[in-house]
Amino acid sequence: MSGPAGRARRGLSLRARRTLSAYTFLAVPLVFFLAIRIAPAAGAMVISLHRWNIVGTDQPWVGLANFREVLSDRQFWQAATNTLRYAAAGIPAQLVLGFAVALLLRRAARFRGLFRTVYFVPFVTPVVAAAWVWQWMYSPNFGPLAMLAGRLGLPAPALLRTPVLALYAITALVVWEYLGFQVVIFLAGLEAIPRVYYEAAAVDGARGWDLFRHITVPLLNATLVFSVVYATIVYLQLFTQVLNMTFGDPGGPLGSTATVVLYVYTLGFQRFHMGQAAAATVVLFAALLGVALLQLTVLTRRVEY
Amino acid sequence: MARALAPGGRTGRAASARVPRGSRTGARWTSAAVYVALAAGGVAVVFPFAWMLATALKTPQQIFELTFWPSAPTLDNIRQVVLATQFPRWFANSLGVAAATTASVAFFDSLVGYTLAKLRFPGRDLIFIVILSTLMIPTEMLVIPWYIMSARLGWIDTYWGILFPGIMSAFGVFLMRQFMAGVPDELLEAARIDGLSEFGLFTRVALPLVRPALAALCIFTFLGNWNAFLWPLIVIQTAGMRTLPVGIALFSGEAGSSWHLIMAASTLAVLPVLAVFALLQRQIIEGVVLTGLRS
Repeated sequence: MSGPAGRARRGLSLRARRTLSAYTFLAVPLVFFLAIRIAPAAGAMVISLHRWNIVGTDQPWVGLANFREVLSDRQFWQAATNTLRYAAAGIPAQLVLGFAVALLLRRAARFRGLFRTVYFVPFVTPVVAAAWVWQWMYSPNFGPLAMLAGRLGLPAPALLRTPVLALYAITALVVWEYLGFQVVIFLAGLEAIPRVYYEAAAVDGARGWDLFRHITVPLLNATLVFSVVYATIVYLQLFTQVLNMTFGDPGGPLGSTATVVLYVYTLGFQRFHMGQAAAATVVLFAALLGVALLQLTVLTRRVEY
Repeated sequence: MARALAPGGRTGRAASARVPRGSRTGARWTSAAVYVALAAGGVAVVFPFAWMLATALKTPQQIFELTFWPSAPTLDNIRQVVLATQFPRWFANSLGVAAATTASVAFFDSLVGYTLAKLRFPGRDLIFIVILSTLMIPTEMLVIPWYIMSARLGWIDTYWGILFPGIMSAFGVFLMRQFMAGVPDELLEAARIDGLSEFGLFTRVALPLVRPALAALCIFTFLGNWNAFLWPLIVIQTAGMRTLPVGIALFSGEAGSSWHLIMAASTLAVLPVLAVFALLQRQIIEGVVLTGLRS
């Protein structure tokens, strides 16, 4: 795939030759983004308007029936509520813990690099393996929690089999995975704050908490927005951790851990209701688009500030 | 939450409770409390790995003994997973898929990034916006059409079927365009006068100048594909084609309560990644900052 703008082509103007090279370079990528991203996205919307079962050959147009079915499915709403619950529990936990660790690391003169690395390890650990390790840690008979409870003479909690707790037990795994990432992002944000601001404020008599509230937090705004948006996208698409933590019983006890993506997977690839599953993904897409628009508004407001 | 659930978290909280007293008695107490808190958190973070390894080295009988570390560690479980399953094959599959995808993303994304940043031609901005807009499409929305498409084209259960969705990434294009914009035009113009082709300008002049960004992109693409789960789970049908995450998940699902084997398989999946991380940790962590802040 060498540049076509060879010396021999003196007939073409420089401009035309540049355009030709540009489109030569872009040809394969353009086909890719159109055929593997944009067309399938449109395809998902088309499929969502058909009754599309992988086994049958005819896929009749059903209008919005799939959307009606999904939106009146109790399991979909349970999955949607669960997904929001994961986000509502996980994102603040991740941000607060990440911020705390980042602040502690800023105060540690020695071993900072070592600690940063240790906290970061879960982020690069294969998610599927980590999920099975955590499932085993939660074992009510042989897990470390069970051992601890046994020593204290308490009943061992079956975290993953208790509807109220299972979702939060999985959230803990996700927080563990993303904590180090969050720490690194916060550290970079904190380092970007010019030291002179603190020095100037200190000259004006500002002390610890004031500095934190009036300099650190406002100047970390962009980092916070990025973290929240990134985490929201991660939590809205939660799947791998959930499926692997409750593998034998996907969706957990009474569907209490099912997420929207797990719902899509079960509906589309285990029950083969592709039309309905596609409709659910269109709803998810709309939700993610909403988050992105919200991000845009928040970011614009920050510029005004 | 993670800290509250794992042993060691209690020490962490006790340490932070001590902070106010520390500031009264002096800076040394505060700094000691900082290290105690960080160490306690670190122990909590590392604990799952220790628990995984401890179980992987236990015989099934030792699991019932309810001790943390096995009295007589054994490599039998590891051996059994390697010999009795297709684990080596899954590992090789993952390695091949992730390496091929990474090479493809590195090449195409930097080429597109270069073209969009450094060449002037009609339609450039439109193309950039179109590529960028695909970032908004979640994978979950694409897997159903991909599956139907793969079924029609005979891509189900093939390596190409596993990797085709990832051979380019809009995020990578965005990232590389940002960095390519920093390549000085004078340098390109001088090389152009020296007779380098347009493609030569990209490979010989621009690419070497964005090496840190390219390295970060490669690391994240590799990690992302090494971990990819949803699409491989859908497209792979036979045991021999499984990637590591799919292999581990289905093997563990079938292993029932043979936790010594499940943990041995997890250990085998985790250790190579940790080894690579130990070697490249600086680049990886700096890559997070580089890519994270650019987006």
